[in-house]
Formats: sequence, C-alpha cells, structure tokens
Amino acid sequence: MTDFSPSSTPPTSVQTSLLTLSDRTKKRNANERRFKAYGIAAIAVGLLMLLVLVVTIFGRGTGAFQQTFVTLDVELLESKLDKTGERNIEDIERISTFGYAPLVNGAMSAAIEQHGVDTSLKSKQLAGLLSKGAVAQLRAYVLANPQQIGETVEFRFLAQSRVDGYLKGRVSRDSIENDKNISAAQLDVVDALVAAGVIEKSFNLDFILGSDASDQRPEAAGMGVSMLGSFFMMLVVLALALPIGVAASIYLEEFAPKNWITDIIEVNIANLAAVPSIVYGILGLAVFINYMHLPMSAPLVGGLVLTLMTLPTIIISTRAALKAVPPSIRDAALGVGASKMQSVFHHVLPLAAPGILTGTIIGLAQALGETAPLLLIGMVGFIASNAPETLGEGLLSPNSAMPAQIYEWAKRADPAFYERAWGGIIILLLFLVTMNTVAVVLRRRFERRW
Amino acid sequence: MNTMNMLDKSLDTKTTKITARDVNVYYGDSHAIKDVNVEIDANTVTAFIGPSGCGKSTFLRCINRMNDTIDVCRVRGDILLDGEDIYDKRVDPVQLRAKVGMVFQKPNPFPKSIYDNVSYGPRIHGLSRNKAEMDDIVEKSLRRAAIWEEVKDRLDAPGTGLSGGQQQRLCIARAIATEPEVLLMDEPCSALDPIATAQVEELIDELRTNYSVVIVTHSMQQAARVSQKTAFFHLGNLVEFGPTGQIFTNPEDPRTESYITGRIG
Repeated sequence: MTDFSPSSTPPTSVQTSLLTLSDRTKKRNANERRFKAYGIAAIAVGLLMLLVLVVTIFGRGTGAFQQTFVTLDVELLESKLDKTGERNIEDIERISTFGYAPLVNGAMSAAIEQHGVDTSLKSKQLAGLLSKGAVAQLRAYVLANPQQIGETVEFRFLAQSRVDGYLKGRVSRDSIENDKNISAAQLDVVDALVAAGVIEKSFNLDFILGSDASDQRPEAAGMGVSMLGSFFMMLVVLALALPIGVAASIYLEEFAPKNWITDIIEVNIANLAAVPSIVYGILGLAVFINYMHLPMSAPLVGGLVLTLMTLPTIIISTRAALKAVPPSIRDAALGVGASKMQSVFHHVLPLAAPGILTGTIIGLAQALGETAPLLLIGMVGFIASNAPETLGEGLLSPNSAMPAQIYEWAKRADPAFYERAWGGIIILLLFLVTMNTVAVVLRRRFERRW
Repeated sequence: MNTMNMLDKSLDTKTTKITARDVNVYYGDSHAIKDVNVEIDANTVTAFIGPSGCGKSTFLRCINRMNDTIDVCRVRGDILLDGEDIYDKRVDPVQLRAKVGMVFQKPNPFPKSIYDNVSYGPRIHGLSRNKAEMDDIVEKSLRRAAIWEEVKDRLDAPGTGLSGGQQQRLCIARAIATEPEVLLMDEPCSALDPIATAQVEELIDELRTNYSVVIVTHSMQQAARVSQKTAFFHLGNLVEFGPTGQIFTNPEDPRTESYITGRIG
C-alpha cells in the first residue's frame, strides 16, 4: 500500500483540521484528565492519612521522652542508716526503704524552707510529689556508696506521674478534683518549686533504655528491656529463617523437578504467607511450650514463632530474586562446564543477594512489629525483668517485646502509661523505618540491570 | 563473496569429531528433531541453517547436553564424540561441557571483571596451578578471541561494560579458555552490528585451526562465508548436508534450493 495519490482518497471525506479537536478526541482527553484527577486524589488521601498518623503519633508520643525531675540535697544521716557507725554493709542492708522515707521527707521540707515556699502541707505530703521509687533509688545509692553516709548528696528524683502530667499539661487543677494522688495545695507547691528551679522537665534517657515499671510508677517505665527482648527474637529469626528460607528457595527454584508435589508446596507457601499471625502464636504455644516445654515468655520461643511466620515471606522474596536472574547467566555458567551447584552459588546467588537481603529485612521488620502471636506465648504483661546479662539469659529468661510492651502500656489505667505507649510507638516506628530504608538502599545500590 | 571463492575453500579435514545417529528430540509431545544423522569433522566450521523453529538450535544444544536443563526435553539416539556416546549414563555433562564449549546467541558475560569472566572456566576445572599460569591462560584466550588489544589495560573492568561485539568476543574467549575440542555457536552474531559480525566471523575462521566449530545461523551469507560444511534443517529433519559450496550452488533437495533462493523460510 504505497499509493498515496490524491485520487485514492474517498471523495466523500471531509477535510478536517488538526488544529480543532474532534469530539472523540475531546472525550478521550476528558477521560484521561478525569482518571489523572482520581489518581491524584487517591494519592492525596493516602498522604493526608499518613500526615494525620505521623502528627498524632509525634504529638502524643514526644512527651514520653521528657520527664519531670526533682533535684534535692539529701543528708544521708548516720543515725538513720548506720547506727553502729561501722559501715558494715550487712547492717546497712537491714534498713528497708521504709527507713529511708524520713530522709526524703526531710530533704523535701528543707528544699521548701530554703526556697521560702509558703505551704501548710506536711513533709509526707510534700514527699508525695516524688515518685514512689525515690526511696528505692536513695537506698540503692547508699548501698553502692556506704562511705558517703553522713554527707549531703544531691539527687535527681523522678517526680510522680501527676506532677509530670501537670508540667506537660495533661493534668490540670480541674481534672484533679477527685484525684486522691494529688491535691491543689500540692500543685501550688509544684508551681513554686518550678519557679525556684527545683522541679524541672528534661530529656529522659531511661524511657529508651530502662525497664518496665509497675502500675504505681508510670514515670519510671521504659522500653529498654523489651527492646532487648525484640533484639533477641530477631536474632533467632535471622539465624533460623534466613538459612532455612534461602536453602528452601534455592532448592525449589533451581533444583526441584517441576511436578505436582512441588506445585502443592508452592501453593502452600503462598497460603502460609497469608495465615493470620495469631495462628502461629497458638501453634507455638502448643508445640514449643506445651509439647517441647520451652520456657514461657522467652524470646527464644517468640523468635521460633516469628521464624515460622517470616519463613514464607523470605521464601517468596528469595524465589522472586532468583527468578529475576536472567537464564542466560545460568546458561553461561553451565556452558563453560560449571555444575548446577557452581552455577547457582558462583553466579545466581550473588546476583540475587540484594533481593534476598531486602526480602529478609522486610520479613524481619514485619516480625519486629508483630504482637498477636506474642500474646499467646506469654510475652505480654508486666514482666519485671532487668536487662539480661548473657546471651543464654537473653534468650531464655522472660521478657517482652517492643509492640507487646506498647500494648501492655496502652491497656493500663493510668493516663501516664498512655503517653508512654505513644512514645513506644515512636521508637518502634523508628526501628521499622530504619530497617525499610536499609532495604530500599540495598535494593537501589546493588540492583543490577541487564 | 562470490561463488568461486567458496568452491576454492580447501576441505583439509579428514577425521570425524562428532557422529549423530538417528537422533530424535522431543519437547513433551512435540517432536522437534527427527532421525538426524550427521558427521561433523574436526577442524572444520560446520554451519546449521534453516528457517526458525526447524530444530537447528535444539540439535546444537544436544551436542553439549544443554538440553538436560529443560525438564520436558528428551533425547533419543546416539551422539558420539570421538566415538564415545555422550548420552551414556556414565557421562557427567559437566565434563562433557568442558570439552564442548558453547557461545550463545545473546552475549552473556558474567557481571564480573573481564579477567574473572575468562578465568572462571579454567578455575573450576583446575587448569592452572597458580596466578601466573592463570594470567597466561587469560591472555592466550583473549588473544585468540581477538580482543586482547582492546581490553588488556582494563582486565578489572566489568565485562558487561563492553560493547556488544566485544562482549561476544569475550564470551568466545571464555568458551575457549577451558581448551574445548568443539565450539558450539548459537547464532553468535545475531545481536551484533555488521562490523562486529565481521570481526567475529574472521575469528571463527581462525578458530578452525584448533577446534571443530559448529555454528547455527540465520544468515545464509554468513554460512557461506565462514563454513566448510553446511547442514540444512527443515521442520526437524536434516534435509541436506554437504560441502558449503555444493549446498549453495548445487543443492540436491528442492527444499534446500527453495530456502536458499528465498522461497521458503
């Protein structure tokens, strides 16, 4: 059809100008514009929700990183702490926290007097502004430094959670009318001490590094130990899920014959990825705890459960990464006489490694944020544990995990814990964002194009 | 290239390197190769020509058992290399492929350095005892593949960074680095421009002194230029096999003639 002579044009055709749009074109353009508008609207809604989420989380959570402290000079009276005067540690240990209360009360009264605060409150009520952990903090210090008995030492005590809330605006004079933990007279004292610089708000590292505290002391609760719990679980997941997942993927992708058995396995792996995580939790409870008698609440068990949960993710992403390596590379390796295994390990696997790592990190991030299975193996609840000292202890002694800790705080009654739950979410999100960023960077950096 | 030159090409080859007897290949239910009998001589360039899907690549891949990697592929009949059946149960395809090297249609260097590309084969086969010997092998292979002068200063550069023609010559260097006896080439120039094609063709002619070369090509001119013997495949049958000059000037089978003159294919 190379005949472009004018005579071949049908005489009926109307001369149309390219400068005016035909109705069809107008309609098509309108459709396209509408679709683009829908797309932009969808993205805008998504971004708006993200913005709301981030603003809410940071608005409510950042308070948890600050804490109110009361700075007091405490005179470590020899008459109260060491009546014999021999600095015999066993004698000193015999004094319970109850015995330290007068020292704290005295220090509080002295501070009031020194700064000329006018109040009718008794010293015990004044000391009520401090955290219930203040006496324990004092006792621990004295036991560690018995030589300082008799001297006056400056301490930074945590203020109790209502005082902390008052400084952060969570607690107001109206809201405390029926509150037996604090009175308006006490708040007057707080106002005066804030003006005097005795009470102040500052950054609280213990929220990030400390351990959980009981219902009575929200001001002392921290994420640190549950962070370690999460860390040990991730260690287990990484040590088990990565080698098992990669080995399974390589076998299925490169070696296994394609028949109905492998088809069934493939379908089931895809199905496992969609199984609700709580199912893995109950499986872990039945198998690891009830049958194998592994310790309850242990990160080892949590790690095993999360391994089961993460495996399908890792297998699927690893297989995708292996599939993405062009067959010509395998042919090239086989063509120079490499064995199947050599072609896989020398050429295919290194090329698939970034994809595998990315999938693994995303699987780990998923596992890190998982709460439901931990409910069933007892990693949720107030677990009064201090930081583990050895690897074995870290794996086997009861612990919580970051999301479980957040859940635990969120369900406690005191609103001070609610703030800490939001703060915990910030920490958890920082971990997840970091891991996902690493995954994206790895993918961008080592992605190879053919 | 004119006809006289082709006829002048001396056929100095006497010994048979590869013998195929009644070879049949099936892909699942489809019968890809039907009763092919062929004898490929040593130190000869043998060209396989034919229309797409005629089975020439399939047959080529049978010679170094690359078809083993395809699950549904079955090979019947005997292919003998120096009188030994390569489909014998005792033959390990890995050892076979060290003797029968292959160059693929699309240049497929490993995404590693040029040096590593060439040294990979010798290394896995243990052909060198030390670094100096390996350097020799790499240099010799690259020289024989006529690419040494272009890459000698950048052996550490990635092989994938070379141009298409250079990549294909690098792949040829990689294939000959393991000292194979037979070199199979599956449309080695189809992804190359005319200049690179000319370089590779020149190279193929030089390689003939050391190896038996079997080349699959879609270009009849190429077959005429580089080969001494030509086999014409059609619908899985080996229609005609003989000296290149004879196939192109005086084919016996009407199908060959039709293909060469452009009436089928």
